Amino acid sequence: MSNEPAVTIAGLVKRYGERCAVDGLTLTAGRGEVTAILGPNGAGKTTTIEVCEGYRRPDGGTVRVLGLDPAADGRALRPRVGVMLQSGGIPPAVPAGEYLRLLSRFHSRPNDPGWLLDIVGLSAVAKTPFKRLSGGQQQRLSLAAAVVGRPELVFLDEPTAGMDPQARHATWDLVSALRADGVAVILTTHFMEEAERLSDHVVIIDRGQAVASGSPAELTGSTGQLRFRAQPGLDTESLLAALPAGSAAKESPAGHYLIEVQAAVDPGLLAAVTAWCAERSVLPSSLKIESRTLEDVFLELTGRELRA
Amino acid sequence: MTELSPAFSAGTFTPAPGAAPLRRMVAAQAALETRTLLRNGEQLTLTLVIPLLLLAGFSLENLVNLGVGLSRIDFLTPGVIALAVMSTAFTSQAIATGFERRYGVLKRLGATPLSRPGLIAAKTATVIVVELLQAAIIIGVAFALGWTPDASALAVVTVPLLVLLGTAAFSGLALLMAGTLRAEATLAAANLVYVVLLGIGGVVFPLAKFPAGARPFLELLPTGALSTGLRNVLAYHGGLPVKNTVTLAAWAIITITLAARSFRWE
Repeated sequence: MSNEPAVTIAGLVKRYGERCAVDGLTLTAGRGEVTAILGPNGAGKTTTIEVCEGYRRPDGGTVRVLGLDPAADGRALRPRVGVMLQSGGIPPAVPAGEYLRLLSRFHSRPNDPGWLLDIVGLSAVAKTPFKRLSGGQQQRLSLAAAVVGRPELVFLDEPTAGMDPQARHATWDLVSALRADGVAVILTTHFMEEAERLSDHVVIIDRGQAVASGSPAELTGSTGQLRFRAQPGLDTESLLAALPAGSAAKESPAGHYLIEVQAAVDPGLLAAVTAWCAERSVLPSSLKIESRTLEDVFLELTGRELRA
Repeated sequence: MTELSPAFSAGTFTPAPGAAPLRRMVAAQAALETRTLLRNGEQLTLTLVIPLLLLAGFSLENLVNLGVGLSRIDFLTPGVIALAVMSTAFTSQAIATGFERRYGVLKRLGATPLSRPGLIAAKTATVIVVELLQAAIIIGVAFALGWTPDASALAVVTVPLLVLLGTAAFSGLALLMAGTLRAEATLAAANLVYVVLLGIGGVVFPLAKFPAGARPFLELLPTGALSTGLRNVLAYHGGLPVKNTVTLAAWAIITITLAARSFRWE
């Protein structure tokens, strides 16, 4: 195994007719790491993954998967890469167990399909045709199929969509186990908590371009937040004067106050805020100290308007 | 990071990639496709029930005045064999492949080590296995109904050749349709073609009963060529029917070439 990254994408462009789905995207995903690709609907996540999987040819830029060109070296790559499509791909009439056994027969040293079926909680429905499985069960079968061949790299396109919390946690465990055993995982998701929890590296893409990347901690940064509730209409300007430079204070919605500082919230800051309240005979309630979440960062970067 | 579930001991997923030998992949895929087909009631109706009903019904009762100087069962069996080949290689394969494309099954298989030529090989093997099964049952029933075919050495060579060419021609047609049309359109068109060719393909109604001007054209259709060719060998002891053989070979070459060029995998 060489030391090059699992996936290197430089200046990737992919157009569908007039529409530019991916517009100069650059990203790197390390070996043995979990990389999460986040982005609003239509940002180009699935297109990017499908270029890496060899389904689509790029219109520009270069893509290397395990050091190979997915458009030209598919034959060499396919045994080494596991794929979970966003939906479907499994024949509706085929029982879950038979499908997983089929895929295991395509590989030279596969995981035992019966064991794997058990791991993803589908032993009881091994004889049930795919079309009669619940949405979450279908997702789990698809996930098992992606890893049965003991790949070096796995692409998971929205792996936990439609799963109940138990299945979601089981999937997280599986992804963690893959990572622990040195498998590189690239996943897309709309669940920020999932990305924050699972990934070593997060790439946020919007309108076909990477707008931020880094570890979850790097992206959420050291910004601290303090929230409290009190009577509406307090003068936040005077509050700002009592806080360190670079802080922000706002009331939104009425009666809900948010203070953001450029460092972690410290006892001094808390004292300053409560002293300011005491001067005005205001009793703050629901006072909370938080750090910025990945969701905050995501919404800041990609905006709040709904996407098609 | 969540805690590892106790189910995973370290090293469980340590990468150990590798493709299985092609033979094993093709055998696994063909076995799955064959099982799926044999479990599908509609497909079985098409490939077994209808041919057997026609064979039994038309041979036991004088439903059609054949007027061709043969016993009813000797006339019918070659036609029903042609119908069975068409139902499996064409109708059933077109419908199954059309829906596989629609459900993303072909797309997903494209990400596995099973290559496209490997998948085509698996589909061909599936068709041949089902045809052997059909042949065993249809021939058994035909014998029970008093069939007396030509069993010369020449017939034993010629019949499989015609069936193989017919299978290739019908498969090409099936993949041409399934690879270009929507799944629903393929379903409708494949059933329509089945019924029409059952009617005008010399399966149970002799081509001699059609207007003299139409007959040469009907014999140029794959079903007409296969049923006429098989009947020529099995019922008329006629040796290799060159014209029908060439017709089927031409269909095979043209449809497979077109299918290979136009097939869209998703």
